[in-house]
Parts: sequence; C-alpha cells; structure tokens
Amino acid sequence: MTNTEPRAPRLVRLKHQTDARMSSDPEKSSQPPRSSTGASDAELLAAPLVRLRKPWQWVSTAVILVLAAMVVHTLVTNQRFQWGVVWSYFATGPILAGLRLTLWLTAAVMVCGYLLGIMLAMMRLADNPILRAVSFGYVWLVRSVPPLVQLLFWYELASLYPELSLGIPFGRAFVTVRTAHLFTGLLAAFVGLTLDVAAFSAEIVRGGILSVETGQSEAAQALGLSRWRVFRRIVFPQAMPAIIPTTGNLLISMLKATSIVSVIAVQDLLYSVQLIYNQNFLIIPLLLVATIWYVILTTLLSIGQYYVERYYARGNKRRPPRGLWTIARSTLPVRQFLGADLAGIS
Amino acid sequence: MSAQSPLVRIRGLRRSFGANTVLDGVDLDVCRGEVTVLLGPSGAGKSTLLRCVNHLERPDAGFVEVDGEIIGYRHHRGRLHELRSATLARQRSRIGMVFQQFNLFPHLTVLDNIIEAPVSVAHRSKKDATALARELLASVGLAGREQSYPRQLSGGQQQRVAIARALAMRPQLMLFDEPTSALDPELVGEVLGVMKDLAASGMTMIVVTHEISFAREVADTVVFLDQGRVIESGDPDSVLTDPRHDRAKAFLSAVL
Repeated sequence: MTNTEPRAPRLVRLKHQTDARMSSDPEKSSQPPRSSTGASDAELLAAPLVRLRKPWQWVSTAVILVLAAMVVHTLVTNQRFQWGVVWSYFATGPILAGLRLTLWLTAAVMVCGYLLGIMLAMMRLADNPILRAVSFGYVWLVRSVPPLVQLLFWYELASLYPELSLGIPFGRAFVTVRTAHLFTGLLAAFVGLTLDVAAFSAEIVRGGILSVETGQSEAAQALGLSRWRVFRRIVFPQAMPAIIPTTGNLLISMLKATSIVSVIAVQDLLYSVQLIYNQNFLIIPLLLVATIWYVILTTLLSIGQYYVERYYARGNKRRPPRGLWTIARSTLPVRQFLGADLAGIS
Repeated sequence: MSAQSPLVRIRGLRRSFGANTVLDGVDLDVCRGEVTVLLGPSGAGKSTLLRCVNHLERPDAGFVEVDGEIIGYRHHRGRLHELRSATLARQRSRIGMVFQQFNLFPHLTVLDNIIEAPVSVAHRSKKDATALARELLASVGLAGREQSYPRQLSGGQQQRVAIARALAMRPQLMLFDEPTSALDPELVGEVLGVMKDLAASGMTMIVVTHEISFAREVADTVVFLDQGRVIESGDPDSVLTDPRHDRAKAFLSAVL
C-alpha cells in the first residue's frame, strides 16, 4: 500500500493522531498545536504516529491465559472426571434418543408457542378492549405460575377433570374424552411448555412491534396496503431485529428448560442420562455427557442466531455486514496489536 | 376547468385532541390540476387537515370528499358509517402522501419500496411495476439507485424516492406534509424541483410547507390557517403580498 500510494497512509495517520489526542487529552487539543509543541507543520507532518500504550490489556490477557490453563489442567489431570466413561456413553443409543426428543420437543414448543405468542401480541395491540384484556389476563396468569407447576397440572389433569366434553354450557355435550387417556407425559410437557412460551413470546413480540415507528405503518396505510399486509410486510420485519436476540435467549433457555420434563418421566436428554447413572452411579461423567451435548446445541443455535440477525439487519447499515470469522479474528487481542503496529510503523 | 367540480371538497371539518381544538370548521375546495399550499404557524392544524384528507386522522365532524367519494365513510340513510379497512385502503391507494420524515421502509430496497403497493394493492405484474418504478426514479433524478437501501441515501434522495413511491400508484391527488422540513438547507432545492415538475405536469397537489417562495412560484391557491380556521385564502399574490388578516401579516413578516 505504501509503495503504490504514498500519500494516502499519511492522511490516515493524521486522522488517528487527532482522534487519539481528542480522546486522551481534551485540554491539549483545545490549544493550537503550534503553541504546545513549538514544532513546525512540516515536522509534525513527518513525525511518526505512536498509538496509546495499553499495558493493562497485556496484564489482563496474561491473567486470563493462566486461569484458562488452570481449568484445562484440572480437566485433564483429575481422574475423577472419568473422560473415558464420558466418551464411551457420548453417542450411545439411549442418549441419542433422548437428544432427539429434547430437540424436537424444543422445536415444537417454540414454533407453536411463538404462533400463539404473535397472536396474543396482536390481540394486546388491537383496538378491541376485550381482546386486549384477554391477552393481558393470559400473560399475567401464565407468567405467574411456575412452569413446573403448569407441567404437573396438565399431567394431573385427569384427577381434576376425569372427562372433558365439548358442548353447550349447562346443556348437552357433543364430544366427550377421558383425560386419563388424553394427557400422556409427553403431551402434558408439550402443552405446558407451549403455553409458557406463548406468554413470554407475546411480550417479546409486543415490545418489538412497539419499537417500530408509527410513521412506517402510516406510510403503508397511505399507500393503500391492507392491514394484514402492513403488519406482515412492513411492521413485523422491522420488529424482528428487536425480537431476535431475546428469542434466541428464550430458545436456548427453553432447550435446557425442557429438562424439567424429567419429573414426569419423559425421556429427554437429561432423563436418559439419569436413568443410566441411577443404575451404575457414574453420576459426574454422565452429567458431563448431557452438558457437552447442551453446549454443542447452544453453540449451533448461537451461530444460527447471528446469521438470522444479520439477515434482518439488512438495510440498517451503510457498510456491508462482516462474516462471523472476520469478527472472531478482529476480537482476538493479538490482532489488535498487529493492527496498531501496522498503523504506527508503516 | 372552472366548469368542473372541484376534486377535493372539505366541509365543516372539526377535530380536537382532548381540550385542544385543532380544526375548527374548515371548508376548502381544491380544483383539478391545481396546487394548494397550506400556510400557517405551527399548531394551526395544517398537518391535521392534510391527514384528514386520507383519513389517517379521523375527523370529529364534517367530511372530506375526493372525486365525489366521501373519504372514510359511507352515506346511508342519513348517517355516515365508517368504512371497513379494506374499502378505506382502496380509497387511500388513489391519494399519494409524502411525509416530513420520508417514512421509506428501511428494510426494503428503493425498488421494493416503490413496487410494494402497485404489486400488492393494484395487482400489477412485478415486471410492469418495475418498469414504471425505473421510469419514475429517472424522472426524480435517481436512475440506477434501485438496489440501494434508504439509509444509504441522503435525505433529499430519500424524499425523492418517497415521491416516486407515492406516484407509482398513479394517484389523482398528492398530499405533501412539510416535505422539506427535515432536510439540510442545501438539499431542499432538489425536492422542491421535483415538486415543481410534478405541478407542471398537471398533478393536483395539497402542500403543507414553510417555503414561501415555493408557494409564490408554484401555488394556484394559498390558504392561511390559524387556530384551526381558514383566515385567508386566494391566489398567492394577494395572500402573500397583501394579507388582510393581522395574524397572517404577522406570520408572513416573521418568515419573509
């Protein structure tokens, strides 16, 4: 770069210098440069730039590296982790079956919960006061009850209502179902968690919709777009950037929250692990198996969230978005020091 | 032209927000092909009046009629029944509106902003809508910016896209709500230029603005509002140079 275009880097450098001065020493920058240094403009232009030293960055990096080394050391040398046992169980049939159940239960709960939640959010923002009240009441009730209690409630529904029937209130019934056959552990888990997700996602979606300027829907209405089209095409996509991070949070916590279904004997990842260690008492290594799977899944979901966020942020920035790898590299401290040297020396 | 009935007829329009009366019985006619500029101090009700024309604001009393059709209501057995949103949307699609804050859709490209309504409301084919959009973009001096996102454009460019977006529905009436008030002074000219071209092409326009020179140059009628009432109305020369009302005199001497 310096060979082909010798003047450009100097301009860049000069900009760095003023920036650094402004931020580090506001008193000096208010005075004219001549009086403080006594140097001529030519000397100042020829002077190489020196970036602000940040010794604490090195110290904190060293401390963190030592701590990390300690963690790795204990993980490797402490025989009681029994890594051999961990890997021998890691991909066995019962574990994978549990993993599959955890995965699809989470997916089903999130999809159905969010569909309900979007509906509840729209009800809450509707003109109709009845719809608003119903939505508010639902969210209030469901958020007040611990999910474990909801789960047990649906599981034990048969003891409260032995039969469910559809018909005219106080009149005759058309269809009658015995609840003992209706609610298996798995269905109870699905219903309980879905209703829970619906309540929380309703608030997330409502917050996102409120974050979109009213001018947007006014402009869309002025063009003659239908109400549904205004919501789906204009308001909702713009609400997404506000909705996604919290949804990623909820999704990941739901992935792990599905493990409460183990109390009603649904064989998810955690319960499969519990079944095994109840027989062989290898508690720690088997919990590690479950933990590692949860870590893997969470990592994948976080990466997915990054790309979804990037998609919905289109049009938000003047610069094209960076890839995940570029960001990871620029976050490493080494990279920063290299960057500083290049700016100062070249 | 004078023999024709006016395109817009506003009668007895009232609107208040709580105890604050914003429109206090406004009567106004806008003839076809004419440019009407609404002037007045802030809070005079100019924007509210404009927003009543496409029913973004619901009047408390009175009505707005565009091309013989009452906006937002249906007259039936001596009552005005509010229209369903789908019918209202159809009425609105024939009235273009340009906002102070542009209100382009930031998640859509310039092209998608313009073809959204023609495709989804007027059911034109995407190909035809795109061709029209390119034509309109060229006419507002922004050929080749189809794939840009609104935030990559300057304020003046965004406002010109907003004008193109409104024109893509081939409206019979254009409403401008302080279209240059959010712009840097040096960008005002390019937007006013596009509006002048549009006026010259025979579009019926109602414009809320503080650009007195635009009113003088382009307007057929200047209407002066104060405290929700029309206090002065007529051709720009008489209203701007020789206002009869004291309030109008004070306002004009302050802006000029």
